[in-house]
Amino acid sequence: MTVSADPADPTLDTEVPWRRLDLRMVVVEPVRTLVKFVPVLIVVLITGSNNDPVRPWVTLGIGVLVVVAGVVRWRTTRYRITAERVELHSGWLRRQRRSVPRDRIRTVDLTASPLHRAFRLSVVAVRAAESGGEHRHGGLTLDAVSTAEAETLRRELLDRRPAETRSTPVAQPVEPEAEVLARLHWSWLRFAPLTFSSLAGIGAIAAAGFNVLNELGVNPTDVGGVDAAAERLAAAPLWLAVGLVGLALLVVAVIGSLLLFTERWWGYRLTRETDGTLRVRRGLFTTRSLSVAEERLRGVGVHEPLLLRAGGGAQTRALSTGLGREAQGGVLQPPAPRAEAHRVAGAALRRTPDAAEADPTLTPLLPHPSAARRRRYTRALLPVLVLVAAAAVVGRAWPGLGWIWPGTVVLVPLAALLAADRYRALGHALTPRHLVSRLGGLSRRTVALQRAGVIGWTVRQSPLQRRAGLVTLQAVTAAGEGGYRILDIGAADAVALAEATTPGLLPRTDGGPARPTAGDDLTDAASAPRRHA
Amino acid sequence: MQTGSTVPTALPLRPPAHRVDPRARSWWRVRGLGGAGIVALPQLVVALVLGGPGWLWGTLVATVVAGLCYAAVVPGILFRIHRWEVTDEAVYTLSGWLVREWRIAPISRVQTVDTEHGPLQQLLGLASVTVTTASARGPVIIRGLATAHAQELARQLTETTRATPGDAT
Repeated sequence: MTVSADPADPTLDTEVPWRRLDLRMVVVEPVRTLVKFVPVLIVVLITGSNNDPVRPWVTLGIGVLVVVAGVVRWRTTRYRITAERVELHSGWLRRQRRSVPRDRIRTVDLTASPLHRAFRLSVVAVRAAESGGEHRHGGLTLDAVSTAEAETLRRELLDRRPAETRSTPVAQPVEPEAEVLARLHWSWLRFAPLTFSSLAGIGAIAAAGFNVLNELGVNPTDVGGVDAAAERLAAAPLWLAVGLVGLALLVVAVIGSLLLFTERWWGYRLTRETDGTLRVRRGLFTTRSLSVAEERLRGVGVHEPLLLRAGGGAQTRALSTGLGREAQGGVLQPPAPRAEAHRVAGAALRRTPDAAEADPTLTPLLPHPSAARRRRYTRALLPVLVLVAAAAVVGRAWPGLGWIWPGTVVLVPLAALLAADRYRALGHALTPRHLVSRLGGLSRRTVALQRAGVIGWTVRQSPLQRRAGLVTLQAVTAAGEGGYRILDIGAADAVALAEATTPGLLPRTDGGPARPTAGDDLTDAASAPRRHA
Repeated sequence: MQTGSTVPTALPLRPPAHRVDPRARSWWRVRGLGGAGIVALPQLVVALVLGGPGWLWGTLVATVVAGLCYAAVVPGILFRIHRWEVTDEAVYTLSGWLVREWRIAPISRVQTVDTEHGPLQQLLGLASVTVTTASARGPVIIRGLATAHAQELARQLTETTRATPGDAT
């Protein structure tokens, strides 16, 4: 195991020393790789006959390679934090260099899988703001450093003080002073089966289980009883078979979602740290800690998927630059009672107690014009009516399929209900600090976006909207999904709302003479005074 | 070019001050005809080579007529609608034919300014200016400017935004 150290690079800044990942990674990395190969190894060992002299050596060879690769990885990975940047160099044959400007860092995630935890290690994932128009998430991952080091890094990297004063060490961890905003209530377990992400998790678990069986060369039908049960099920009447299978799936789904909820949200705590970050800590086996610089928080969203809403639940997410669109991106909270979700949303936004703005997401919203209601009904009913008509035609053509169209008729009242619900959701309001909007039926969400976080507007108007005097206004922002729509708002209201949110940005019709513009005489733009800084 | 015919908009918002370059009409026209050609060509090949069914000639004629109608009428409408403006505060565009779209990006939040010339645009001496903010959904694109005009505009916008401190998020 003689791997030459990285030759010194003359261009490197020599002031700040490079650091390595934790030495324990030399053990963790091979173990992690080997765990992935366990099923294969078992198969190789079991099926390999004793008089075959090659197999054990192959296995041993793979083992040695994995260990060497782990050592090489540890030796070749270096990182350091200078006053301006975080740098990570990795790779032996294929060198990679990543560098993130510190003032672009938005969130720092600490994750520790059970293996990492056994060695007191944590993975540090640094995420930076998107740059340019594309979905380029800048950032880098340190896999892994000691848990204590990870904690120090978290503080250091989210330190918002100017670069000059940063060289002084950050104040020592003052854990007790962190303000706890929310804790887990086990009664929230009741919401677990109501979320789709849990159902998706069950699919993943089932797929993983099937994969393991497959890797082990076990055919599920060989397992005692499975075959017999399948035969008996096939013999039963169709409705009974479907019902039983459905029930079994439901039971598995519920149990799986409860397990997943427990794994994900065990020990959940939302705190406001003394260094100005919001921090979510959670996880049973794999512990996770997400830290969002509050300065970079652009708002919150309260999400209510239909099932969860029916159960009186909701979930709060942070809108921050650097937090992506992935399923768990920016969740501040497990699915919780609606009131609790709104409370957490308000608490997360309230850096300083502000009596004028209790809970922005609970602000009474202005409803949208009745034309918006008409559009909801048209858009919900038209496709369903087309479907009914098509089913009727099919039933006429093939009498055997005549039972289809009464089934589709059931969809008509459902669509009408959905339309009514979708219209009820529509609304917007402007509070002293936030632009609040709500939309959606199957997936309702209430978003409170900081007015200062709005970095542009898009107004869209289809021909039908034009006739109805409506537009779809989108507040563009760097956080979260990049833009939040206010659906079917009255055209005049849209302009008034945008104008009130970002005063002076919109050119109004009645706003007097046009401002000097960069048109035929382009020099105007260059010499124009700037207002925003 | 300052105040041409005012396009009636259903939004109480002053339309942007400037029209795009008149040559943009040719650009839209050629693109429309090209699109129709792409749809028509396979039909023509099938009809000629395989001696396709009679209705294929019908759809072919319909495609060609639709393409010609589009080329005759729509570029003019687009030219009347498409407008842009750079004020002290914002980059502002109006685009679209059936679906109208107004886009406003504050100059203080602009991150990058790019010019782009497609082959067809180059042939016509046109260019697009793309103004990007920190949002994934916020780029404001001014299409169909004269090349020199676009470059000058991009240069000045870049200069202006470079003077802005911070990362514009």
